Amino acid sequence: MKKMITLKLAFRNLFGAGLRTWLNVFVLSFAFVIIVFTNGMLDGWNRQAYNDTKDWIAGNGQLWHATYDPYDPFCLQDAHAPITGKISELVRSRQITPLLITQASIFPGGGMQNILLRGIDTAQEIIHIPSASLKSSGEDIAAVIGKRMAASANLKKGDRVLMQWRDKNGTFDAKEIYVAEIFAANVPAIDKGQVWISLYELQKMTGLENQATLFIAGKQYPGGDVDNWKFRDVKFLMKDIDAVMAAKKSGTSMVYILLLALALLAIFDTQVLSVFRRQKEIGTYIALGMTRGRVVGIFTAEGTVISILAIIAGFIYGIPLLMLIQKTGIPMPGSVDDYGLAISDKIFPYYSIGLIMSTVLLVIISATIVSYFPARRISKINPTEALKGKIQ
Amino acid sequence: MSDNPIISITGLSKRFRMGAGDFTALHDINLTFKVGEFAGLVGPSGSGKTTLLNIIGSLDIPSDGEAIVLEKSVSALSHKEAAMLRNIHIGFIFQTYNLLPVYTVFENVEFALLLQKKNATQRKKAVMEALEWVGLTDKERSRPAQLSGGECQRVAIARAMVKRPSLVLADEPSANLDAKNSHHIVQTMKRLNRELKTTFIFATHDEKVMEYLDRIITLVDGRVEKDTFMGSSKN
Repeated sequence: MKKMITLKLAFRNLFGAGLRTWLNVFVLSFAFVIIVFTNGMLDGWNRQAYNDTKDWIAGNGQLWHATYDPYDPFCLQDAHAPITGKISELVRSRQITPLLITQASIFPGGGMQNILLRGIDTAQEIIHIPSASLKSSGEDIAAVIGKRMAASANLKKGDRVLMQWRDKNGTFDAKEIYVAEIFAANVPAIDKGQVWISLYELQKMTGLENQATLFIAGKQYPGGDVDNWKFRDVKFLMKDIDAVMAAKKSGTSMVYILLLALALLAIFDTQVLSVFRRQKEIGTYIALGMTRGRVVGIFTAEGTVISILAIIAGFIYGIPLLMLIQKTGIPMPGSVDDYGLAISDKIFPYYSIGLIMSTVLLVIISATIVSYFPARRISKINPTEALKGKIQ
Repeated sequence: MSDNPIISITGLSKRFRMGAGDFTALHDINLTFKVGEFAGLVGPSGSGKTTLLNIIGSLDIPSDGEAIVLEKSVSALSHKEAAMLRNIHIGFIFQTYNLLPVYTVFENVEFALLLQKKNATQRKKAVMEALEWVGLTDKERSRPAQLSGGECQRVAIARAMVKRPSLVLADEPSANLDAKNSHHIVQTMKRLNRELKTTFIFATHDEKVMEYLDRIITLVDGRVEKDTFMGSSKN
């Protein structure tokens, strides 16, 4: 009841104050909308990167050979083992699909380019790599590559290129491959410097018959290690994305922290001025029977009410604007591909309830705090001097 | 008029710190006010009228002596108790009206009742009644800036009276008003004093107000020089 009256009086004071109130409300609401927008962009980007990475390479987790390390290409020499026992049953039941990875080189246009050669089951349906296109017709080895790889090697669908690799004994061999398909994925990790061929072909080429480096798990696979194959869950596989996102988020948060600080400074400034300019009013409140603490409460609540009005205003003009952006997306410049992150041509922001609620709380709490500090001065004001309107 | 004292002041002094020394605004004041009095503290500027009124209103405390208001010693009250005393039992009327500029007339008068947690129906009834006492029912939606000085002071009277206080303290209520309005507001207060048995204490040096007082306490340099009960004040 007491708090309701304090809020009611704060509302009355602010509505009565007119333009001063609405300027503060507008500045704070702008900060609110920008915070939701920038975080929504990052969340949308994160979500898209997460989903794309899951769809194109991570699956529902992976089972790695004990010595496999994706950051160490030299480990590939030994990071493979036969598909036997329990793991082969999982492959047969299509819960997981094997991947064999080795180093190789291609020679497009006379130059040499080192690549990672990935062998994938042509019948798999766990990830989006168009593996069905890898079914060879005749002697040639069919390969699929991503659009980034195609661009860097200047290859088009149907082009042939010489590829050199080493078999399990370290002996070099070479053969032409032809580009059966060029896929467009937002995951550079499976695209740049990567060539995908049939698992069977790669096993035959390297002499690593029935062997794999890792297995990608489908939805049916419940998780957990199998024999010497170590299970890496999606969270583990996404930790690089999470780290990049966290770094980007902290960088972007500087922008909105500055914006919020400016908005809060406006409220702080108004409150400091109010405590000086409204001395007579403060004295009157006390004479009419308010405790000083209650007057501090009203002045603090005015800041809170500004933030509530800002949020309402933010919702009124922000929701249609943010929804429109969510629908149309924000086009991303091609250069962001160089970040090495999964990124599409357009980012579609994602505004979660959690994001909106946390931003609402951030704005309300911070506005309340910056209003409280100047209002605290009221508790030291002498009411008899305040009644005369004397600046103390 | 009841014989019960509503205010009892004994040996009261008030000193203010001024630079290196002290300034004594009130010296050894001894006064008693009975319920229903229509009294005035008169004297030139700086004589201590407002200081005494502030102490009676529990906005300030004495340096020495005691002021007992409605059976409570002002010096012994906590901030909260003093606020409650003012909110329930004491109405204030100021020279410069001190209306809250962003509130309407209705909201200004309603303010004290909001603090008393009266419900909306009770508040509406009491506010309209108070506005009727001062003849401003047609101005309930106006803001102070849209009113004349006389009207503002009548709103202030309604605000002081709406909670039916035991005591109203009026500090130079006519200082900013012309003669006609001065008479009008004092007549209004006199009528409320008669009808509601509310005790009124004025701080004034306005002859027009003094005409209506039943008791005039003259203060000079912070001392009571004269305490006169008037036999035939204007009604």
